Amino acid sequence: MNLDPRIPDGPLEEKWRIWKDNHELVGPRRRGDHVIAVVGTGLAGASAAATLAGMGYNVEAFCFQDSARRAHSIAAQGGINATKDYSNDGDSVHRLFADTLKGGDFRAREANTWRLAELSTEIIDQAVAQGVPFNREYGGLLATRSFGGVLVERTFYVRGQTGQQLLLGAYGALSNQIREGRVKMNTRHELLDIVVCDGRARGVVARDLVTGETRAHPADAVVLATGGYSNVYFLSTNAMGCNVTAAWRAYKRGAGFANPCFTQIHPTCIPQTKEHQAKLTLMSESLRNDGRVWVPRDKDESRPPNEIPDEERYYFLEERYPRYGNLVPRDVASRAAKHVCDEGLGVGPTGRAVYMDFRDAIAQRGEREIEARYGNLFELYEQITGDSPWRVPMQIYPAPHYAMGGLWVDYELMTTIPGLFSIGESNFSDHGANRLGASAMMQCLADGYFVLPHTVTDYFARLEQPHFDPDHPAYAETEAAVEERLARLLGVKGSTPTRDFHRELGRVMIDACGVARSAEGLTGALEEIPAIRERFWSEVCVAGDSRELNQSLEYAGRVADFLELGELMCRDALIRDESCGCHLREEHQTEDGEPIRDDDRFAHVAAYEYQGPDAEPIRHTEQLEFNELHPKARSYR
Amino acid sequence: MNFTLRVWRQEAADAPGGFETYEVSEISEDESFLEMFDGLNDRLTVEGQRPVAFDHDCREGICGSCSMTINGRPHGPGTGTTTCQIYMRQFEDGTTITVEPFNARAFPVIRDLIVDRSALDRIQQAGGYTGVNAGPKPEPNSNPVSPEDAEQAIDAAICIGCGACVAACPNGAAMLFTGAKISHLGHLPQGQPGRYTRVQDMVEQMDSEGFGGCTNFGECEAACPKEISIRVIGRLNRDYLVGVLYHPRNPRGAMKPQ
Repeated sequence: MNLDPRIPDGPLEEKWRIWKDNHELVGPRRRGDHVIAVVGTGLAGASAAATLAGMGYNVEAFCFQDSARRAHSIAAQGGINATKDYSNDGDSVHRLFADTLKGGDFRAREANTWRLAELSTEIIDQAVAQGVPFNREYGGLLATRSFGGVLVERTFYVRGQTGQQLLLGAYGALSNQIREGRVKMNTRHELLDIVVCDGRARGVVARDLVTGETRAHPADAVVLATGGYSNVYFLSTNAMGCNVTAAWRAYKRGAGFANPCFTQIHPTCIPQTKEHQAKLTLMSESLRNDGRVWVPRDKDESRPPNEIPDEERYYFLEERYPRYGNLVPRDVASRAAKHVCDEGLGVGPTGRAVYMDFRDAIAQRGEREIEARYGNLFELYEQITGDSPWRVPMQIYPAPHYAMGGLWVDYELMTTIPGLFSIGESNFSDHGANRLGASAMMQCLADGYFVLPHTVTDYFARLEQPHFDPDHPAYAETEAAVEERLARLLGVKGSTPTRDFHRELGRVMIDACGVARSAEGLTGALEEIPAIRERFWSEVCVAGDSRELNQSLEYAGRVADFLELGELMCRDALIRDESCGCHLREEHQTEDGEPIRDDDRFAHVAAYEYQGPDAEPIRHTEQLEFNELHPKARSYR
Repeated sequence: MNFTLRVWRQEAADAPGGFETYEVSEISEDESFLEMFDGLNDRLTVEGQRPVAFDHDCREGICGSCSMTINGRPHGPGTGTTTCQIYMRQFEDGTTITVEPFNARAFPVIRDLIVDRSALDRIQQAGGYTGVNAGPKPEPNSNPVSPEDAEQAIDAAICIGCGACVAACPNGAAMLFTGAKISHLGHLPQGQPGRYTRVQDMVEQMDSEGFGGCTNFGECEAACPKEISIRVIGRLNRDYLVGVLYHPRNPRGAMKPQ
C-alpha cells in the first residue's frame, strides 16, 4: 500500500495555489460525458454533488434517508470557523492553521490543515450567497463567537442550528441541480459495496431500501461522503442510521483505513439516565462561552446546586486551565470531567455528570441575550430532561461524537483505491488526534465546494481510459457478493435481537477505547469483540426478507460492520503506545492527567490494509513532517 | 408504566391496512416514545413477527424523519416538538395510544408508519434556492442584513421538512412548508433575484403534487414542531399575487405556433 500524500512542492502558504495552477482540466463540453457517484448527502456530499453537477458532470447521488436534507450534518449546532477576523482579534489563516494543528495534537498534515484554514473564508461567502441566514450584529454585519481551544472569535453561527442552515444551503444547490437534470438523486438507497474494476473504483452496489433490490450503479469515479462511525459505541450523539458500512466496504476492497482509534468524546452531552436509552444528545460547545462547568468540592454534598455557595464549588476547568478556562479543547474538557467523576465528585443520579451553570451569564448579560444565543438549546435540554436551564444548572457528561479517523486520503482526497475519493468526516485528513469545535462543517464544505471538484477533474484528465466499461464482470460479481452477505444475515435465524449485540459492543468499546485507554483494557477488548462477533453470526435474529423494506436487515448489516471495526480500533489504540489528543493511554500521562506524546515513535498516520477475514491487517505508516510549526507539548493552562 | 398500542399496519402502498393492538409493559417514564417502539420491535422480531416500520434518524428533533400521528395529532402530545422528542411521562399510565402514519393525499403510505414525502423535495427543487454555483462570491459584509430581517428569515428557515403541517391540515395543504421557504429567502437580499419566479414555480409544483389549498384552519401552525408562524403563508400569498400580476414568468410573451 502506497501512502504517498502527494503534497505539492513549494512554501506551505502557496501549495494549494501551485496545485491548482498545475492541475489538468476537463473542458466544459466534455464534462457531461462523465458520471460520478456521490454517496451521502450531508454537508460534504451535498456540496460536492451540487458543485460537480454545476460544473457540468453527471452525478448519481445516494442517501439512506427519505430526503437528502436529513443527513446528520443537519444536527450540527454551534457554528463554523472562518478567518474573517471581523472581530479584529488579530486572527489570520496562520492562526486558524496553528490552532487546528495544535488542537489535533500534531497528528495531522500541515499542508491539508493550511488549505482548510485558507478556504474557510470562501465558505462563508458561498453560504451567504446561498441565503444561509447567519446571525447578525446590530448594524447588519455577520456575528461571531468563540469556541474551544482558541483565543479569538471566529465562529459564525445561526442560533444553535448552524448545521441545519448550512446543509439546507447545500441541499438547495443540490435541488437546483436535480431540477437541471445533472443530479440523479437516489433517496432511501444504502451503499453496500464498491465496484473495483482493474484496480479502479468504477461504481457502487446499493440496495433500494423500499423494494430491497440490490443493483450496481456504474460510475467513472466514486466519492464517499458517508460520515463517521461513532455509533460503534452504541450510545453516541450520531443519528441512529449513521454507520461505517461504506467506509468499511472500501477498506475491504483495498482502501487504507487511517487512525481508527482517533474518536472524539464530546464533553457536553446530556448524561445517560437509563438502561434502554437509544442515543445521547449533544449540547453545543458554544454553551461553554457562557456556561461555567463545576462540581461540588465535597463528595457528600446533598444540597441542590443553587444552594451551594461559590466557595464550595469546584470550577475545575477554570482552576486547572486559567488561560482558556471553560473553553479548553474537547478532549481536555472530557478528560477533566471524567477525572472529577472518578474522584467521586460527580453529580446526578448516577454520579456520572457535572454541572454547566448559566446563572452568572444570565445575571451579567440578561435573559434576552442568552435567549438569542442559546434559546433552542435550552428548550431541547428541558424537553429531554424535564429541567429548565434557566433555573437549575444543566447536567452534562462526555459522549462519543465524532471520528477523526477514517479512510486514508492523499492531498487530493483520493483513497488508496484510484478513483475512490473520501470527503468530510468519512476521511481522516485534517483534524489529527482531536478536532476543534466548529471545524467539522468547515472541512466538509471546503472538501465539497472547493477541493474535490478540482481533484476529480484532474483525475479524469490524467486517465487514459476515463470511462467505465459497463460489461466489466466486476459489476455482477460485486452484486452477487452483496446478495450473499444479505442471505447470510437472514440465514442465521437466531433468537437475539441485533440491538443486544450492539449494546454489548458499545459497552466494551466505551470502557476500553473511550476517554481513557490502557494496554490491559484494550487487550481484554481484543478478546471480547471477536467473541461477541462470533455469537452475533450464530445467534442474531433478523426479521423478514431481503426483497422488501426491512429495517431489521439494514440494522443487522450495520452492526455486523461495527463488530469488525471495533476490533481494528482497539488494535490501533493498543499499538499507538503514546497519548495524543483524544487518545489518552493511561500509561502515558503526567501526574495530573495530561497526555504525553511520543513524537519519536508516533509522529505518523497509521493506515491499515485489509488482509482477509482471518488475517491481521498490515499497519502502514505515513510520517508527518512539521516545517511551519514545531511540535511541542500542548498546554491550555 | 403499561400501555395498549393501536398501531396502523400496512404491507405496501396498494395493500389494505388496519390497526393491530399490542400490549407494552414495564415502560419507564423517562423512555422516549421511539425507544418504546424499539423495544416493541425487538420483541416482535424475536417472536417471529414483522416489526413495525417507522422513519426516524437523528432523535434530536432536527432531521425531520419521524412522522407518526399519535392519538390523532402529528408528532403527538405537546407543542413545538417532534415524535422523537416525546417521552412516556407525557402519557397517562394504562391508557391506549393510537399510532398512525402522517395522513395526506400527497403522502402515500410505503409501509406501516412510513410515508413517501418526496413531494416536498420536488417543491423545493422547483425553486427553493438562490441558484448560485460554488466559486468566488462577494464579501458578505458589503451587503448588511438588519438583525430583524435575519431573525425573521431564520424563524422561517428552521423548517425541518417533516410534513406535520400537511398531515394536520384538513385540506392536506403544504402552504406552511412552501411559505417557510418563500419567507426565508424573501427576507434576505440574496433571495431577491428570482423572488417572484420562485414563488410561482413552487406553488405550481405544490398544486401538481395533489396538496390541497389553504382555507385558514391554522392547524399547520399548531402542529409545526418548530412553531413556524402562519404569517409565512400570508407572505407567500402576497408574493404570489404580486408575482402573477406584475412579474409573470414569461414577461416577453410568446406566440404559440398556429
